[in-house]
Amino acid sequence: MKYNLDVTKEHCPMTFLKVKVKLAQIAIGNILDVLLCDGEALENVPRSAKEQGQRIIETRKEGEHFHVSIEKLV
Amino acid sequence: MATETKKLSIICFSGDFDKAVAAFTLASGAAAVNWEVNVFFTFWGLNILKKQQGRRFIGKGVLPRFFNFLMGGSRNLPLSRLNFVGISPGLMTGMMKKRNVATLPELIESAKQLNVKLIACEMAMHILGLTKADLIDEVKEIIGVPTFLEYSKNGQIIFIS
Repeated sequence: MKYNLDVTKEHCPMTFLKVKVKLAQIAIGNILDVLLCDGEALENVPRSAKEQGQRIIETRKEGEHFHVSIEKLV
Repeated sequence: MATETKKLSIICFSGDFDKAVAAFTLASGAAAVNWEVNVFFTFWGLNILKKQQGRRFIGKGVLPRFFNFLMGGSRNLPLSRLNFVGISPGLMTGMMKKRNVATLPELIESAKQLNVKLIACEMAMHILGLTKADLIDEVKEIIGVPTFLEYSKNGQIIFIS
């Protein structure tokens, strides 16, 4: 199952913090697609997800924002 | 990937609004990247944790009740500079909301959600005549220095004064 989360209006630490909270709510094997801005969010969201042991499937640019797809592994 | 647990222990001595924001930003941010986080509140810092968020005559004894009333709770935290008789924290919160930056209540809520360990100083509680019942329910322990040292062992310690 795929979930979406928009953190384009958030700032540190709420960018990666909201991703962590959302990942805790979904089941292992599911995908979380995070819409975020360049800069702090693009740097911290994938990094903190990896540190949690999750897998970054892809990062793609869409207009002025980015999508980061995360597969929940743990 | 090695799953090494990193640990951050924050000593929150200050009860200033801006310093509380800094403490909870660090705490919730570190917890969000899987660090184990302890926040040890002592002296003025205890005001952040009071169940009664406004000014109340709480505590045991005349002087402690007076002090607790004057210090107030999390709604009365002053800005460390340019407090303007208590107006500034409200103005600052308004600016934070306008710019989509997490406010202090949101940061505290996030820290609770991410299981940041909130702990209170036994000695400061004793001086101020406070008991565990005067603090928010997320404060599970009232501890002394040896227990804090044990909890913070092999981690980073930050003192917020």
